[in-house]
Amino acid sequence: MQTPNRLKPFYENLAFERDDNTMIVNFGPQHPSAHGQLRLILELDGEQVVKATPDVGYLHRGMEKMAENMIYNEFLPTTDRMDYIAATSNNYGYALAVERLLGIEDKVPRRAKVIRTMLLELNRIISHLFWLATHALDVGAMSIFLYCFREREFAMDLMEEYCGARLTHSAVRIGGVPLDLAPGWIEKLRAFITKLPNDIADYEGLLDQNRIWKMRLEHVGVISAEKAIDWGCSGPTLRGSGVAWDIRKEEPYELYDELEFKVPVSDTNDSYGRYKLYMQEMRESIKIIEQLIPMYSKTEPKLMADVPEYISAPKESLMTDNFALMQHFVLVTQGMRPPVGEVYVATESPKGELGFYINSQGEPYPHRIKLRAPSFWHTSVLQEMLVGTYIADVVTIIGNLNIVFGEIDR
Amino acid sequence: MRAYQDRKNAQAKVYYKDRFYVSPQLPKEEVDSDEVFAKDLATISKKAEVKEAYIQRGQLVIILENRHDIVAVAKLLKEKLTYTQLSEMSANDFLADRGEFEVFYQFLSMEKRKRLRVKYSIKEDQAVDSLYDIYKSADWAEREMYDMFGIVANEHPNLKRILMPDDWSGHPLRKSYPLQGDEDAQWYEIDTIFGKDYREVVGPEIRDTKRIDPKDTENFARIGKEVPRGANPKDFDENYDDFQEEGGVPLITRFTKKNQKTLTDRK
Repeated sequence: MQTPNRLKPFYENLAFERDDNTMIVNFGPQHPSAHGQLRLILELDGEQVVKATPDVGYLHRGMEKMAENMIYNEFLPTTDRMDYIAATSNNYGYALAVERLLGIEDKVPRRAKVIRTMLLELNRIISHLFWLATHALDVGAMSIFLYCFREREFAMDLMEEYCGARLTHSAVRIGGVPLDLAPGWIEKLRAFITKLPNDIADYEGLLDQNRIWKMRLEHVGVISAEKAIDWGCSGPTLRGSGVAWDIRKEEPYELYDELEFKVPVSDTNDSYGRYKLYMQEMRESIKIIEQLIPMYSKTEPKLMADVPEYISAPKESLMTDNFALMQHFVLVTQGMRPPVGEVYVATESPKGELGFYINSQGEPYPHRIKLRAPSFWHTSVLQEMLVGTYIADVVTIIGNLNIVFGEIDR
Repeated sequence: MRAYQDRKNAQAKVYYKDRFYVSPQLPKEEVDSDEVFAKDLATISKKAEVKEAYIQRGQLVIILENRHDIVAVAKLLKEKLTYTQLSEMSANDFLADRGEFEVFYQFLSMEKRKRLRVKYSIKEDQAVDSLYDIYKSADWAEREMYDMFGIVANEHPNLKRILMPDDWSGHPLRKSYPLQGDEDAQWYEIDTIFGKDYREVVGPEIRDTKRIDPKDTENFARIGKEVPRGANPKDFDENYDDFQEEGGVPLITRFTKKNQKTLTDRK
């Protein structure tokens, strides 16, 4: 046992004198390819990884603790900071969980549902574009990075025009959405999604048959279906292993049961298959948005659920109806009091299964909120996936898993 | 006299309490109302003693009597009942209310499209049995539970903290742990970076994120109203006039006798 002091600090994971010929490399936490604050302790035999130990927690902000100390509505902006690439999907997952706890899921107006589904799919596109950009950059394709960020910029402009924020959207409220679409927004969205398929074709033209891209992605980061399920994988990582499991399809929420879309699956189990999957998913998202646009004009202009017990009444009745104002005052100062009970609600975020477990004891503050973030489980797979791979592939695998540290460390 | 602090529950307290308000309960449906769940429950109750079972919001909730049954139940769920994924597990802290933790496991069956939750209660000093051998996803989940609540998982291969630093003291998600951290938390960074000897020099870390002290000239930027660092607050006593924009809406209208008006009768 070493005696730690300031000159000779004690690292329990590092051994400086070893008999076997392995070397230990500390990857991160400040590594540009670690996609955030990931520290990866790699034990190498030559260039091959013998053991990988991911170390997380450098971005831990204690969101679950914060949630226990505030009212339900107050916590919603905090969920933005989980998966900050696609913030609306977190907002929505949380809002849906609370709505199911309150039992007002069906009372959300149809226009709000259309807008929410649109935003969710727009966020999926933003997230996938960001994934492709950074992943390609890690692997060495600089131009793809620039192209993807260009398109993502247009999508973020749309988000900005809707809710005023580019990253931390808070674009969904418990019981509906705060705003209607701005005039002309639909046209801009339509222009964006008509152009995007050509752009995706461009990316594929650059990457699909690209020798370097194929060499670095094919047969890299292989994980079998049983292992993926066993380690708690979800979303594209699971579908990349040949399991056709999409929560939008299997446990439909919002408008997904009315929409037609396919669930792309790849059974190559490797990074290249997952790349093809992401591209297909973007196309499906475009299809979904195309179906949503005509739905929007057929809806009534109502945006929030009419449950004055839990959700403030619209502005007009607040100004005219005394009791509505009183209820609003109670909801703002004290917060809503959901029934005693617990729910676990899973939604399909761009990264995978985003679950919110809420335990309510009937108080304005939740008793416990557990955030089930897909990236957390995808990072734990690294222990399994990295063993036996070469050190050059480590960056590919990390990038390919699409992990975001805001939601791993929460 | 020092203000009373509840040691067992150091969380933010609800400001307003209505003694006569009775919270509604989330409806608990009979398990027989769902065929698949009824069959699953029948199989499980042969293996383990089930204290209570009901369906809540479309998911089966099973409360086990004995904490050691979880391994057998998990094995059964995975191998016989197609609940192949452990999608989430953690604990609830009820130490202040009834002196126990409630551990929950959230299972998913992709074949049946069903979700199921298994729960059981343990005392503060009791451990749970690790599910690592059955579900690999229990690896990090149990580590997180240990980190956050201090619940030990027996036979876990690598049970150490995951989100908090290894040498942290206390378990943050317990209700007895205050939101801004305990006594040790405010010295943690000072001790690790400078050493314990420097406690007096540096002072404790300010962990209250809501704290704003406009008179503090050491740590706060005063945008647009900058003063030299460490300046004496008395030297820059400001009034509201400093914040008044030119031609803007008056922030404060000063009372002058000239402008006063006396109403002769009420409206």
